[in-house]
Amino acid sequence: MVSKRRISNPKEKGTLIVVEGIDGSGKSTQLHLLDKWLRSNGLLVFTTEWNSSDVVKEITSKGKKKAMLTPTTFSLLHATDFADRYERNISPLLEAGYIVLSDRYVYTAFARDVVRGCSPRWVRKTYSFAVKPDITFYFQVPIDTAINRIMVGRPKIKYYEAGMDMNLSNDPFESYRIFQSRIIEQYENMIEHDGFTVVDAAQDIEEQQVLVREKVMQLLPKTALNRMHTKPMQGTAS
Amino acid sequence: MPAHSYPSRQLQFYGEGLPYLKNTEIKGRLIVIEGPDGSGRSTQIQSIIAKLESDGHAVVNTGLKRSELIGQGILDAKQKLPLGKKTLTLFYAADFVDQLEHKIIPALQAGYIVLADRYIYTLIARGIVRGLSSRWSHDLFGFAPKADLVFYIDVKPDELFHRVFQKYGTLDYYESGADIGFSDDLYDSFIQYQLRMAKQFAAMAKQYRMVRIDGNKSIPEVNTVLQSRIDEYLNKI
Repeated sequence: MVSKRRISNPKEKGTLIVVEGIDGSGKSTQLHLLDKWLRSNGLLVFTTEWNSSDVVKEITSKGKKKAMLTPTTFSLLHATDFADRYERNISPLLEAGYIVLSDRYVYTAFARDVVRGCSPRWVRKTYSFAVKPDITFYFQVPIDTAINRIMVGRPKIKYYEAGMDMNLSNDPFESYRIFQSRIIEQYENMIEHDGFTVVDAAQDIEEQQVLVREKVMQLLPKTALNRMHTKPMQGTAS
Repeated sequence: MPAHSYPSRQLQFYGEGLPYLKNTEIKGRLIVIEGPDGSGRSTQIQSIIAKLESDGHAVVNTGLKRSELIGQGILDAKQKLPLGKKTLTLFYAADFVDQLEHKIIPALQAGYIVLADRYIYTLIARGIVRGLSSRWSHDLFGFAPKADLVFYIDVKPDELFHRVFQKYGTLDYYESGADIGFSDDLYDSFIQYQLRMAKQFAAMAKQYRMVRIDGNKSIPEVNTVLQSRIDEYLNKI
């Protein structure tokens, strides 16, 4: 239930590209490489991240420290964060013709909030003001691979990150595992429903990036393509 | 009548509720007083609480922007930079649900009368008057428990203007709808904004079973009306 793109001025319509996947799926790395490539080609790019608006970041982190966030408070604080970035950046920049790269989008809320116990319909309605992305890459990864990537060099895992608020297990690592696998379940259900482009995130980083760039090239407007001078392959070769 | 003698029942929501609280048993009652700044709302609530407590009821008072976690954050954020209308509505909703789950619902479970100094209706109306989709706004607040009694203290915008000006010596930016841009003249903007809010409340009255109270009368007169309505309701339970 994501609203249809308004095309008030088709000539100046931007492109919205989203990456989704569990922690450790490598999606941020892929988005970073995509960002570099598009910028190096002189295109107007704006990158935005989940839970990064100045307006609510502090409150969310305070609530997390005190472990006093109920599922719906948690959900609404993230929705506030998203709305602020949406109203301030995403929406106006799309209008202005930018390529907007979003590290997590409404689908993260659809997955996490529902796992935490919010009503799926309510969460979808809450975010219904957000336009549907031009493409959503879903980085599909076996849970063990993701957990290994996340755990390297980390002795501890945070309370909400591990989903400890849901009483899944007293052991943070066990809790994290259960939580992440439930999120995967939600994502898997969205693949068809929300039209995700699935990327096998167990592949090499560079292989994945080639695929991502090829897909992105297909949807960029002609005007943008004419400006580009590097092919998908070139950017990744190091 | 002591609070604990109320029959217990299940928590009911306006819309898509809080699934993880759907079997919650409550014994208390939820009474809401709505009305713009200057409608005498807070004064009325003080007298009502005093009367209810002297009658032996346990009362909890709640309002907007009062959650420990988020209330101050909203004020700080508004000071720092202008917020978009969706952001603002969601921010208030987060503040509201925090109080709902940490204060209102526990109090209702324990058999308190919860007296709310404004509730979701103000938040819904503000958003709609600012151009948000009515459907979206109502759905968003579907997680709110149904109130047992809702009063809306209605005061003519002209009268409201004088009361606000006498009390504060100035008009509040948002309460005058200055962020919407109805008019460069703050008085004009205030009147237009309050008219639209009143109209929106009237439009919502049936759906949320709101009782309109004529707030143009004196404080004691309004109090008599409110108190007798509340007593009548409580005596019937």
